[in-house]
Amino acid sequence: MTDQMDAGIVAQQIAEHPDALSKPYAGGELGRGRRRKEDAKLVTGQTNWTDNISLPGLLHMTVLRSPMAHAKIVSVDVSAALELPGVIAAYSGADLADVMGASMPCAWPVTPDMVSPVHTPLATDEVRYVGDGVAVVVARDRYAAADALEAIAVEYEQLPAVVDMEEALKPGAPLVHSDKGTNQCFLFDFPGAGADYAETVRGAGDDAVVVRRRFRQQRLLPTPMEPRGVVVAPIAAADEFTMWSTTQIPHVLRVMLALTTGIPEHKLRVVAPDVGGGFGAKLNVYAEEILALVVARKLGRPVKWTESRSENYQATTHGRDQIQDIEIAATKDGTLLGLKVELLADMGAYLQLITPGVPVLGAFMFPAIYKMPSYHFTCTGVFTTKTPTDAYRGAGRPEATYAIERIMDELAAELGRDPMELRRQNWITHEEFPYEMVAGLTYDSGNYEAATDKAEQMFDMAGLRREQAERRERKDPVQLGIGISTFTEMCGLAPSRVLGSLSYGAGGWESASVRMLPTGKVEVVSGATPHGQGHHTAWSQIVADSLGVPFEDVELVAGDTRSSPKGMDTYGSRSLVVGGVAIHKATGKVIEKAKRIAAHLLEASEDDLDFGKGTFSVKGSPEAKLTIQEVALATFAAHNLPDGMEPSLDSDYVYDPENFSYPHGTHLCAVDIDTETGFTKIRRYVCVDDVGKIVNPVIVEGQIHGGLAQGIAQALYEEAVYDAEGNLTTGSLVDYLVPAAPDLPHFDTGRTETPATSNPLGVKGVGEAGTIASTPAVINAVVDALRPYGVDDIDMPATPERVWRALQGSDEERATAGTVSYGGSSTGSTGGSASSDSLENDGSAR
Amino acid sequence: MRVRMKVDGVTYEDEVQPRTLLTHHLRDGLGRVGTPIGCDTSSCGACTVDIDGESVKSCSVLAVQADGSTITTIQGLSGAENGDSSTWHPVQKAFQEHHGLQCGYCTPGMIMATVDLLKRNPSPSEDEVRHGLEGNLCRCTGYQNIVKAVLSAASELRGEGPLPGSFQDAPENDTAQTPAAETAGAPA
Repeated sequence: MTDQMDAGIVAQQIAEHPDALSKPYAGGELGRGRRRKEDAKLVTGQTNWTDNISLPGLLHMTVLRSPMAHAKIVSVDVSAALELPGVIAAYSGADLADVMGASMPCAWPVTPDMVSPVHTPLATDEVRYVGDGVAVVVARDRYAAADALEAIAVEYEQLPAVVDMEEALKPGAPLVHSDKGTNQCFLFDFPGAGADYAETVRGAGDDAVVVRRRFRQQRLLPTPMEPRGVVVAPIAAADEFTMWSTTQIPHVLRVMLALTTGIPEHKLRVVAPDVGGGFGAKLNVYAEEILALVVARKLGRPVKWTESRSENYQATTHGRDQIQDIEIAATKDGTLLGLKVELLADMGAYLQLITPGVPVLGAFMFPAIYKMPSYHFTCTGVFTTKTPTDAYRGAGRPEATYAIERIMDELAAELGRDPMELRRQNWITHEEFPYEMVAGLTYDSGNYEAATDKAEQMFDMAGLRREQAERRERKDPVQLGIGISTFTEMCGLAPSRVLGSLSYGAGGWESASVRMLPTGKVEVVSGATPHGQGHHTAWSQIVADSLGVPFEDVELVAGDTRSSPKGMDTYGSRSLVVGGVAIHKATGKVIEKAKRIAAHLLEASEDDLDFGKGTFSVKGSPEAKLTIQEVALATFAAHNLPDGMEPSLDSDYVYDPENFSYPHGTHLCAVDIDTETGFTKIRRYVCVDDVGKIVNPVIVEGQIHGGLAQGIAQALYEEAVYDAEGNLTTGSLVDYLVPAAPDLPHFDTGRTETPATSNPLGVKGVGEAGTIASTPAVINAVVDALRPYGVDDIDMPATPERVWRALQGSDEERATAGTVSYGGSSTGSTGGSASSDSLENDGSAR
Repeated sequence: MRVRMKVDGVTYEDEVQPRTLLTHHLRDGLGRVGTPIGCDTSSCGACTVDIDGESVKSCSVLAVQADGSTITTIQGLSGAENGDSSTWHPVQKAFQEHHGLQCGYCTPGMIMATVDLLKRNPSPSEDEVRHGLEGNLCRCTGYQNIVKAVLSAASELRGEGPLPGSFQDAPENDTAQTPAAETAGAPA
């Protein structure tokens, strides 16, 4: 330390408490498997879940929900509920009509003429799904609040349920929103950035082979282990509010609450305390958040609402639910000509925050890693009397990846080719990056060959294929199937300009602030909001590496609009790629400021200073040096700073990415299928993921594992089922099969590392990779096992019953419903020459 | 009704409704909120606690049924409620060392169920661990690291020391078991 530097009393006290001072930075922080800072509270039960929050005079809110899928509300009478002991208030939708806002927000009008129905937090005239809110009760404890729901009398006049998307689009179908005159929410037409699909196929003449399939993306229940909840504490006299919510998006939520309720934004503080998983289901603005807020405002007392799991299954958004008609064309030698995709996407009864955007996001992902000259995508959004859909881990990308990876296998079967060879023939080679895709995106980097080679080696592809041939030969009742998924995804949502071009209502930037404290410790403030990802650990590593301070000396501030005031929050594998880069850039500004002060204190020119491992040193005089912590203390004292210099190292950065990032990988799955029982057992699962540069390999591997579990669950176990009357028949964890430990295999994970070139950290994101990749790998394996029996597709989840039925069926029953022929043939085969007639004959196949 | 129970070393006597679930009594009555609730059908196991030496889903028991019993929750499992991880139960330590948790919501139940599992079967196979924890759902980890954590805790509780952990303390002792990444080059 130089003698110019005198931080007085603080320096003296620090000298007496050497532990308060930073240790030297050891280096090598990026890529290190650091223990998670989050774990101490989580393994000891000292967590601050929303439902743990208790306030003096806290009241409990419950919501009366519609037992019918579709009905007119004739009357709601809450008077008997008000007579019950402990009940403070009860309100119908009509009672709150003037305070609960005109409509809850949908931020993504995907087309200018999209039908956007009014969606009030409580229904006032009609209920449109089982679980639609009708009334609320507020009582002294949660039991009294639950009891009081039974005392509310509601008279309904039943209306027809609308359950099936295709039926819903037929003329004369009953309408979900009668005032709209249609059940069609939107038609999104995207002709791609390449040649016209039909012309391209026609141009290939007899050399064109066309395969068409219809895939169903069943509806899924996201099921974060923590159900949703919200607590609102009002300061009635000042009309100010603090809301704690189980949300992924406190920042977005605050803006939307202000816009919906009219409460000024600066009078609202939104906190996401510890949040127990989200997976997209907490990426929303929910009715109960608005209701708790307006009821707390009305009563001037704190209000809590916590949902049960069964309530979660009715009232929290669902995922997926698409019918995918997909057609792929290639020349007879296997070179792809193009892809045509027609989606039906179930919106449910209303549009939640990004409901219509989810399937539309898939538009950019269907061509995946393959070169093709032509592409056409359309998506029709459909209203039904079901719980609204919205983001669920992957959000549009798993659906697209499933369809392309499934149909690549079907094309290979049609051409008599090895499915991996066909992929190799068509994928972008590593020399070809950056590559402009037919869907308009430019992939910055990738190496599909390297990931695939490594995966095949780990998997023993050759050995398994030999065993498969032997078992087929000897008609083993347990058949082996091998499935491939060579996937990519778009992560790091998103360049704001691109979001603007897609009519999304917000930007895709992320915010960071880095604060050097006088003692050399660092607070990093991020607008990304963690709910299990390990941000406290990973962000500490990024800051430690940039500033050259010890990992232990960094603390994250996040998830509270008062202390981390600016953010776009956490979803779409964006936290590291956007939020992490923002942090990295903010640390760069800290170093710049510190350098100016260090140069002044060391009486050297800034150009003569080196900075490394947290220390500024003068070139050629290694003795003259200052650590960044010493500079922080000198800045705090501010006794001797350069003229005109602001006495602060603190720096902000808001980073708007230039491009998406494109993680990729090769997933290989081997299944044993007992042909007598239909039972599928995953025998080996190998994946090699390339998520670019790694911050913490242990966290990365954990993300992959969890993603795989959810993708495999879609393939084999989970399905939200509605009956013809619109009742969710899988309405609890008894009926909805979330896999437990015995239901999942051991995963063999590997990595290749091709850095992203679109951001300075070279990172790509990892949150959704496993989910996106694994579903088609598993189903391709199931179909591969069954193909010798004439099976060429199976609906998800591939339950033992479905597999068994597929094996029992006649040839006709086995043939896929979506399979059509071209060239006037009606043999039911999967391919044939294309003709212009059949290409225009789209309606017949639906 | 009046119930008396010892929870995490403290004796409590309270008036409860006959219908009050133990899990609600622990959380709302006694403020022992370390034990979370994940479902309403006794399916998820998040609320698992130890009652008189046996792991029980506290949502499947009425508070009055637990009258007179001794209960340990996740908050009472370790020696101290401070930052000193040396007082943690070996199962708590193993869950951290093997990254057996992400969001952590299932973790209290998962740890309490594991403690009971390892009492009944001190040397479980991987398969026995998976089946032994069948009643506890996790949505984040895919279970693989939970299984590793349980096997490691079992080894430590048998006196054989924990299995090598996943994390790296410092550059000089990198003993990580994490998969090595290869810088992708041209394919062979």
